[in-house]
Amino acid sequence: MGIKEGLLALLADGPRHGYQLKVDLETATADAIPVNVGQVYSTLQRLERDGLVSKGGVDDEGRDVYEITAPGGDVLRDWLNSPVDLAAAGRDEISMKVLIAIFTGGLDPKAVIEGQRTATMGLLQDLTRFRAEEEDADVAWHLHLDRLIYSAEAELKWLDRVEERVR
Amino acid sequence: MSEPVLKMRRIGKTHGKGAQRVDALVDVNLDVAAGEFVAITGRSGSGKTTLLNIAGALDEPTTGNVSVVGHDLGDLSNKELARTRRVAVGYVFQQFNLLPALTAAENISLPLELDGMTTAEARELAEVALSEVGLDGMGDRYPDQLSGGEQQRVAIARGLVGPRSLLLADEPTGALDEATGESVLKLLRERCEAGASALMVTHEPAFAAWADRVVRLRDGQIEEISVRSFATSNADLF
Ligand SMILES: Nc1ncnc2c1ncn2[C@@H]1O[C@H](COP(=O)(O)OP(=O)(O)OP(=O)(O)O)[C@@H](O)[C@H]1O
Ligand SMILES: [Mg+2]
Repeated sequence: MGIKEGLLALLADGPRHGYQLKVDLETATADAIPVNVGQVYSTLQRLERDGLVSKGGVDDEGRDVYEITAPGGDVLRDWLNSPVDLAAAGRDEISMKVLIAIFTGGLDPKAVIEGQRTATMGLLQDLTRFRAEEEDADVAWHLHLDRLIYSAEAELKWLDRVEERVR
Repeated sequence: MSEPVLKMRRIGKTHGKGAQRVDALVDVNLDVAAGEFVAITGRSGSGKTTLLNIAGALDEPTTGNVSVVGHDLGDLSNKELARTRRVAVGYVFQQFNLLPALTAAENISLPLELDGMTTAEARELAEVALSEVGLDGMGDRYPDQLSGGEQQRVAIARGLVGPRSLLLADEPTGALDEATGESVLKLLRERCEAGASALMVTHEPAFAAWADRVVRLRDGQIEEISVRSFATSNADLF
């Protein structure tokens, strides 16, 4: 997700000023998407230029407060309603490395697979322990950890599959 | 570092003869330290159950040595072997192996009584063990009155009951959903934190990840995959 959609979603929830948007975006996503204030302001400028948000006055401390516009609402709904293209997301560095190692003769795919398996299992162990220790953490953080855990798990299963095919 | 609770040296195991011959384990070395939790992964037929059976003195290696809590299993008399198997080792079978004529609680308490505990004491420990696996109040049911996952949890309770030094669990989450499986993993971790050692077979990476060390069997040979002691701090992950 770009921060663009995140900002639109927050503004659909209610008007906010730039710094509030940064804080809320980080809270909602358990810091999964770190943003700096500069990014928030430059994105807001672009959204305003495109007519998706507008300035709705200033707050007590003189900060610009933004609101979502009707076209902005349409863009947000389209984004929420279209599933993420996982096929595109799967073209990551790990697949690249492993598939290239298999395709090209000079590299040893087994070594690439083993190295990656060790790293990913280590990550999965870390995440698992972290989640067990942070029993009382907030929901967003837990769900984010779960997401990372499932990805690591899927990657390990995929590496096993690759290994079977190239052995 | 103190003597490992389980020490396997150059273990080979051949099942069957002639055309049926299978080299299930080839030159396997494996130590499990006190308080350590080790997970074994590997494909079906890679030798995991064979390894666990040898560690638990349920089967003998063709070659090599095993020692459990400092005793070389090859040096023990049959009587001593049986005692080590019952007292020091807790075993959770892949196929549960519950006795159908006994209730869930009796399945757990009987081995304790055979080791000299009174019926009342054994029954009390069995109830605690059942509640640890989420089966409060189910002690009087017979195995055929329990679901597959419940039977598996009785098998786990039986393996973990009492003061065991070495816990051997063969695919203990095979019949369990993710959340129930996770609670079993928490239980194994607690036991290790209290000083026991555990060797668990699983083909699920997410369950293996609860261990301090993950190894893999491939065609009877062992490979180290990853070591992350649960005890060490991990503050720099994020
Ligand atoms: N008693 C036996 N007689 C003959 N062969 C056996 C015997 N027990 C196991 N084997 C063979 O030894 C190999 C290892 O078996 P083992 O039961 O240890 O596998 P496993 O890794 O536990 O598999 P699974 O994940 O399916 O439980 C297999 O090829 C199996 O067929
Ligand atoms: Mg098996």
